[in-house]
Amino acid sequence: VNELLLRELAPQVLGVLVRRGSDFASAEDAVQEALIEAHRTWSGAMPDEPKAWLVAVARRKLVDLQRSEAARRRRESGAVEEPAPGPTERADDTLLLMFLCCHPALTPASAVALTLRAVGGLTTREIAEAFLVPEATMAQRISRAKRTVSGQPFTTPGDLAVVLRVLYLIFNAGYGGRVDLAAEAIRLTRLLLLESDEPEIAGLLALMLLHHARRFARQDAHGSLVPLDEQDRGRWQRAEIAEGVRVLTAALARDRRGEYQIQAAIAALHDDAPTAADTDWPQVLAWYDDLVALTDNPMAALSRAVALGEVAGPAEGLRATDGLDEVLGEHHRLDAVRAHLHERAGDRAEAAALYRRAARRTTSTAERDHLTRKAAALRS
Amino acid sequence: MPKYLILKHYNGGPEPASFAPMDQWTPDEVTAHMEFQREVSRILTDSGEFVDARALSPQGSWVQYGGPDAAPVVTDGPFPETKELIAGWYLVDVDSEARAHEVAALVSRAPGQGGEPIYEWLEVRPVMEDAPAGE
Repeated sequence: VNELLLRELAPQVLGVLVRRGSDFASAEDAVQEALIEAHRTWSGAMPDEPKAWLVAVARRKLVDLQRSEAARRRRESGAVEEPAPGPTERADDTLLLMFLCCHPALTPASAVALTLRAVGGLTTREIAEAFLVPEATMAQRISRAKRTVSGQPFTTPGDLAVVLRVLYLIFNAGYGGRVDLAAEAIRLTRLLLLESDEPEIAGLLALMLLHHARRFARQDAHGSLVPLDEQDRGRWQRAEIAEGVRVLTAALARDRRGEYQIQAAIAALHDDAPTAADTDWPQVLAWYDDLVALTDNPMAALSRAVALGEVAGPAEGLRATDGLDEVLGEHHRLDAVRAHLHERAGDRAEAAALYRRAARRTTSTAERDHLTRKAAALRS
Repeated sequence: MPKYLILKHYNGGPEPASFAPMDQWTPDEVTAHMEFQREVSRILTDSGEFVDARALSPQGSWVQYGGPDAAPVVTDGPFPETKELIAGWYLVDVDSEARAHEVAALVSRAPGQGGEPIYEWLEVRPVMEDAPAGE
């Protein structure tokens, strides 16, 4: 069975059903059942028109679902309405589906789960495995999310910023289970870009590609985290970097900057440097200035302090972290950045103490181990 | 989404437990208390936040590597002086630490004598994740 084809067709088939007037929640269940049937029956031979096949099966499932629903309500079982004929699909169905799945009324976790199922065509079990929760829990999360968005009209544009944030969450969540969620996030962002030329979509795709290109260099043979300046740049995927730069350049030419384009520009500068020492830090700093001005995000301000430390020296970098305690609280990354700047300034004792504290505060084992090794190295 | 372990302790909370030991409750009060524990699991499954719930036997042993070619060293436990003894846990997958605190407060509301909440202290601990949180 061509898994990828099935998952490409899933949102298209769902779009057809919803556009013909079916309720979103039932239509989504019907598509999911049609996908399962395709898995079962396509192993012998693929139908000539897989999309038409899926639409037909999903419609049959939908009628079955409505029948049993009707029976449950003690209504006459024959009186089931076929979905009304009407416009079957539009070029931007995937976009509209994503607006629905990333409705602002949903929590991030619910939006992520619903997007992966309704747009990504993943099964509930695959999503549950990816997030290390029981299948029953994930099934409930998805069905609650569907109830929340059911009844929303399938025509109005939603909040693109929420959609992009959900896709970026999926990109950064890809570690558990058999499904590569980072690759899935890239695939979904590509789908979105086919239907809208909003430069921030391109910015997000570029950002993902430019980070994804480094995935084989991010861990060593033992699975330990390798920081950017120590990565073997020969293992970076040049084709992905080239594509990321191409997508980003086209987006920037539109002259409507946003946070993803800016972060992608920073990633591109890192990817472009043959060695860590060749990094164009003044350019990186200039982009961080833009990012902080645009978003007022304290994590961006923290990253800017690192860049400033490279350009103007660690003392300036440290000064730029003043006051961030109030917004970031006990965030481990604030300690880690200050530790790094103290280390560069030659204050090994302070650096070691801050690395130790950062290691205690992070909830990532990979980061904890890395920070612990940094602290240990400063004592030897 | 972050996971939190909500730990029930037999003892070791910020203050000594103020409720009478369960063996002094009526059987119906005990039943109501146990049913509440299962109800919490149902509520969490419905809300899409349940990962696991377990009770631990107070029995157990302490085990240590015995050295090359030696059997593991096993000592009966728990020791009387053990300050903390874990009774069980709920593992939840939630949107925020604040939500984990709400769930712990729900667990703490379990009925005791006379059906009144026992106000049990629960320990809430973030679960470490394998993945780094982005670069």
